[in-house]
Amino acid sequence: MVQAFEEISAADFFYRNRDIAGFTNPSRAIFSSIRELVENSLDASDQSRIPPEIYIRLSFEYEGSMKGSGEVKAEDESLFENGFRGTEPKVYRLRVADNGSGVPARHIPAAFGQVLFGSKYKLKQTRGTFGLGGTMALLYGQITTHKHALVKSSTGGARIYIYKIMVDIPRNRPIILDRKILLNKEGWRGTIVEFSLEGDYAKAMSRILEYLKQTALVNPYANIMFIDPKGRLYKFTRVTTQMPRPPKETKPHPYGVDVEAIQRLIRVTPCRNMVDFMRNHFHRVGEKTSHKFLEFAGIGKTINPRKLSRERIVRLVKMMKRFRNFLPPDASCLSPISEELLKAGILKELQPEFIAFCQRQPSTYSGHPFIVEVAIAYGGNIARKNDLVLYRFANRIPLLYDEASDVSWRIIKRINWRRYKVSLDMPIAILVHICSTKVPYKTVGKEFIADRPEVKREVLNGIREAARQLQRFLTKREHVERERKRLSTFSKYLPKIAQFSTELAGKKRPPDIKKLLWSVKKYEEK
Amino acid sequence: MKKSKSAALERKKEVVAKLESFGLDLYEQMEKGVFPSIKMPSRSIENIRYSPEFRQYILGERKVHRSARNIRHIRPFTQLVWTAFFAHELAKHRKTSTLRDVYYSAQAYNMSFKDQPESNNIITDLETISGFAREDFNVFPEERSAIFGDLTIEYTVPGYEGKQLNLTSHPDGVMIGPALTSSEFAKTGADKVIAIEKGGLFTRFVEEQVHRKFNALLVLTAGQAPRATRHFIHRLNKELSLPVYIFTDGDPWGMHIAMVIISGSANAAHLRELTTPDAKWSGVWASDIVKYKLPSDPLTAVDVKRLYELQRDPRYEGKLWQRETKRFLKIKKKAEQEAFSRYGLTYIVDEYLPAKLEALEED
Repeated sequence: MVQAFEEISAADFFYRNRDIAGFTNPSRAIFSSIRELVENSLDASDQSRIPPEIYIRLSFEYEGSMKGSGEVKAEDESLFENGFRGTEPKVYRLRVADNGSGVPARHIPAAFGQVLFGSKYKLKQTRGTFGLGGTMALLYGQITTHKHALVKSSTGGARIYIYKIMVDIPRNRPIILDRKILLNKEGWRGTIVEFSLEGDYAKAMSRILEYLKQTALVNPYANIMFIDPKGRLYKFTRVTTQMPRPPKETKPHPYGVDVEAIQRLIRVTPCRNMVDFMRNHFHRVGEKTSHKFLEFAGIGKTINPRKLSRERIVRLVKMMKRFRNFLPPDASCLSPISEELLKAGILKELQPEFIAFCQRQPSTYSGHPFIVEVAIAYGGNIARKNDLVLYRFANRIPLLYDEASDVSWRIIKRINWRRYKVSLDMPIAILVHICSTKVPYKTVGKEFIADRPEVKREVLNGIREAARQLQRFLTKREHVERERKRLSTFSKYLPKIAQFSTELAGKKRPPDIKKLLWSVKKYEEK
Repeated sequence: MKKSKSAALERKKEVVAKLESFGLDLYEQMEKGVFPSIKMPSRSIENIRYSPEFRQYILGERKVHRSARNIRHIRPFTQLVWTAFFAHELAKHRKTSTLRDVYYSAQAYNMSFKDQPESNNIITDLETISGFAREDFNVFPEERSAIFGDLTIEYTVPGYEGKQLNLTSHPDGVMIGPALTSSEFAKTGADKVIAIEKGGLFTRFVEEQVHRKFNALLVLTAGQAPRATRHFIHRLNKELSLPVYIFTDGDPWGMHIAMVIISGSANAAHLRELTTPDAKWSGVWASDIVKYKLPSDPLTAVDVKRLYELQRDPRYEGKLWQRETKRFLKIKKKAEQEAFSRYGLTYIVDEYLPAKLEALEED
């Protein structure tokens, strides 16, 4: 028997393996679709530096068509969702509109109709990474409803483009069904995506709302509106127009490159000697470091990089990993949330009594720079549920699934909280944000952070530092509380002593105890 | 008789004066702008010692200092002042109260005690400071005991002032309650007091006319004698010069009932006039069990342990006590007062009691 060999496209691959991109089932799919499009919108407005206005509308279209179809694994879902089973998937229409930078007309079809096409492959911190999410959402809509998607976008120029597109899955190419061009009289800028998909909103609802709340928390400069299928409006209003410092695009750090990366650089480099090559193509490598490194690696400084043999290239990469004197990556390519913005977001969504914040110094894992930010919030709207609440964020997006696998979760579980005067029944939320040019996700679905030792150390130290601040707050509060109690004890009992001894002594007026009460207060203030 | 008549009233006056001076002291401290504080003898175990001179437990030199300035003291301090105030009110209005009552009354002044022991403890503090027993403050425990015999008393309680009663008027005996405790002794024909541990035997003695045959006042202690009863016995002994004989079961517990009447308890080390050092324990002795061949039970392990404890107790240094504890341990037997019934219902009154009293008088 002859086996049939065939090649499949990237779109086909993700069509067959949509689980790994977060499109496991109807409720997860609806969550992931909203999430991918919202994150694209947020990235788009980071580029335009204009505070985002994001409008999401999910409306009911008709009852689902895939009843009983093997494609839907609704039964698995009950393991993850708290909604009751028995709701059949329905067809919804999803519309996400933003005021971001807009997509240039010539890229619109590919950006939304081709998997793994995007603007985010550069070394810079962005929410999305693969150019996968937006198209996956449309692809999922297409395979469940067999309908085209509508994309409308303008970069703020004279024209607005409207495309009707579908995905040619076997070839991973967009199919343009229709294209309209409108005059952009009002100078509108942004992107609107609208398509139909099958999903289960009843089950996905709580996750979607939680996702939006946490997104609003780490993006306090965004206005987010969501109208759900029942016509309910959820509005998350910005509390600031200040946006985080934009990340800069960066060159690769020597610790983070491999042989393939060097070969690609050699193909395009204009440099004619190794000193210049090192200096021009790598992050934090200057004249001096370049010389030192080449001496260390035993590679001639004057060699033309294009003439390097394969063995030499392998050696170069090996020595790069071994050389200890490269400067660590700087953080200009990163955009942490900052204390001010994170606190504003927390205050807005959780209204806590107290917020501790710690931003760690930039650090690296495998040549990728990253910054960890930790905030611990106490009181307010944070629920007491006999466990600490953990909010996880990576590159300013909330991570909602697989909490127990996340490095932060494991660290929190291992910390002896009593040392910080924290008991688990306190209303405490811990927020951990990791931003990096390459967030160490374990899956394509961006669910949880892997257990990298460098990342783990930074998260642990960040949590410790914030926990120490919390401890100081709790200690002070306890002290104030004790003092208040002490004074109230004196002012409760002393007048009684005065009253009863006055009656015993047969005096008419009670003794003046104001001075005594005042003296206990003053003593404590000293 | 006349002298004792004023004694009870005098004592009431002293109590009231003491409470008032306590209040005045605190009042003046506060007027001077200092936190009121008090000093009183410590009632901790280390500060309780047996005084051969007083023939009872007394408190040593150690003092405790309680100050309203101290956050841990101020609550019990306030409770103490309130209790003094409350006792003063009782005395002023000539009302009586119980320990339980005090506990609840405190709540009316927003002065709640945590529990009954806390309130009891504060009353003991007040006893320590003033040197008077709580009965002097008209605070009585719930337990009651009784007296029967030819003693005429004169009430001092409101509504009964000047009214007299002979204590033979009721065959069940008269309860030793607040009214009796505060009464004056008018006259008596008795020449001794016989205290009895158990109600059954007390009734038998009344039926058998023991009070007449032996010219005695009969006191029912109903187990361990309440303080009011101990004070009453003390008064009978002191004011009327009557010798006191105590009849209990023949076991370590009965022995100790007699001992507490004679020499007091460690718990009352801060008080005087609760003891009757000259009272005599007149049985049932271990030697009586042997001598009268009384039906007996073997000593239990707890009994034996208690006997060894008593042997080491300073109150038990006397010859009789050492001899009897040793003998109990030797015969390993105990007997109840009712054991004499094997020789007939009246044997104890006709044979045993006269022999015993005679023997004791010769001592």
